[in-house]
Amino acid sequence: MTEIEQTGEEAVETETLPLDAWHRAKGGRMVEFAGYWMPIQYEGIMAEHLWTRENAGLFDVSHMGQLHLSGEGLDDALEAVLPGDVKSLAVGRMRYSLLLAEDGGILDDLMLSRWPDGIYMVVNGAVKWEDIGHLREELPDAITINHFEDRALLALQGPKAFDALKRHTTGKWPLDALVFMTGGPFQIGGIDAWISRSGYTGEDGFEISVDADKVQEVADLLCGELEVKPIGLGARDSLRLEAGLPLYGHDLDPTIDPIEGDLGFAIQKRRREEGGFPGAARILGHYANGSPRKRVGLTIDGKLPVREGAKLFDGEREIGVVTSGGFAPSVGAPIAMGYVPRDHAAPGTAIAAEVRGKRVPCTVTAMPFVPHRYVRKQGG
Amino acid sequence: MPRYYTEEHEWIDVDGDIATVGITDFAQGQLGDIVFVEVPDTGAELSQGGDAAVVESVKAASDVYAPVDGTVTEGNGALEEDPALVNSDPEGEGWFFRMALSDKSQLDGLMNAAAYKAFCDDL
Repeated sequence: MTEIEQTGEEAVETETLPLDAWHRAKGGRMVEFAGYWMPIQYEGIMAEHLWTRENAGLFDVSHMGQLHLSGEGLDDALEAVLPGDVKSLAVGRMRYSLLLAEDGGILDDLMLSRWPDGIYMVVNGAVKWEDIGHLREELPDAITINHFEDRALLALQGPKAFDALKRHTTGKWPLDALVFMTGGPFQIGGIDAWISRSGYTGEDGFEISVDADKVQEVADLLCGELEVKPIGLGARDSLRLEAGLPLYGHDLDPTIDPIEGDLGFAIQKRRREEGGFPGAARILGHYANGSPRKRVGLTIDGKLPVREGAKLFDGEREIGVVTSGGFAPSVGAPIAMGYVPRDHAAPGTAIAAEVRGKRVPCTVTAMPFVPHRYVRKQGG
Repeated sequence: MPRYYTEEHEWIDVDGDIATVGITDFAQGQLGDIVFVEVPDTGAELSQGGDAAVVESVKAASDVYAPVDGTVTEGNGALEEDPALVNSDPEGEGWFFRMALSDKSQLDGLMNAAAYKAFCDDL
């Protein structure tokens, strides 16, 4: 018995996370991911996935890159490398954005937060060193980039995340002050933390940045709550797939531009009108006229999982490829996302995926597969 | 009825010239939640070490190999409806297929329960 598809990538030297021993003590099965040993699961992907949708799951995402940028002209400088509206981002607000190559291809997707003294940026672990190199290259010397290598990042996700976190949170504001895509400084059990109401599961939840040498204390406090269990990478992947959220390196890469990736929402109106970001001509052309191909969701007939790499067909004609796919525990069936030509991107379009030589009927579907449950109003 | 094991974590129960094949409890534990099993068609000719079945967990697809040469006499239809049988009863109701053995001497190269346990303990 041998795994057909390898999920991990070979790393030069696999590093350990600040919570490495904690994961192992909790029964985490460790795998190599993005250059780190990370827990793929504890009790099982299915149970962890469903627990997060019903209760609250704690994810260690300390492999991600946490950057702080500051300096004169920062907003203009950032707007030259990404298509988001940075200038209108008020203190405490977050925005999803994309680091773009010269031709408009996506180098990474990331989160920007306005801090009083600059911009806090969270980038993908697998490409963080490339991102830092790119930013150093592209941003003017006046901009200082600080890589928070001494900070850990946790995500607490699920409908009961708020209740569990609130019991331990103190600060200038109550935790209720945060709504989706906002953040601020708090203390958790007296430990300084930057908490944002955001995540990668489609559920309400929080992301928590703390000093690496205090992260175990925070993880223990949160996992001491009845609603909270530690959740591995496996469920993180199935949760984000159901939420329709792309995974960089799989659903997005440098050959794909934001419109092809169905991420047009990340280019705010002023930026669409003014341009001035890498690949603006291509991207705005695609925005106005549609892109030749587009990322779509797929529901699968039957039970056979359709996974990354499966080719997509319209009759005998190969039209695209699956970039993520698998069994969706909350849907109770396989789902996938992938790229198809524009004329096949309308929800309801019937196509087929090829798995081990067999054609599996599937249907283009609007995403998310499971409704988002973000808390957008205060008091929620 | 003797039971043999392979280093690929298949088990094989032999009853005369017919053998029943599945994956071990160790294997299902490693795979996690099984969501799909593809068993070979009746009549399929299998050769030792060749692809015989595919088992899909939430995270990945894995090949199951034929432990010995033979001809498939029956696939476990119950796995189509309930692939999780492989998790709940891997060495019983969760069997994959039955085959008519072509060369019983191949069984001599497989492990018995004690040897397989020692093999897993070393992993």
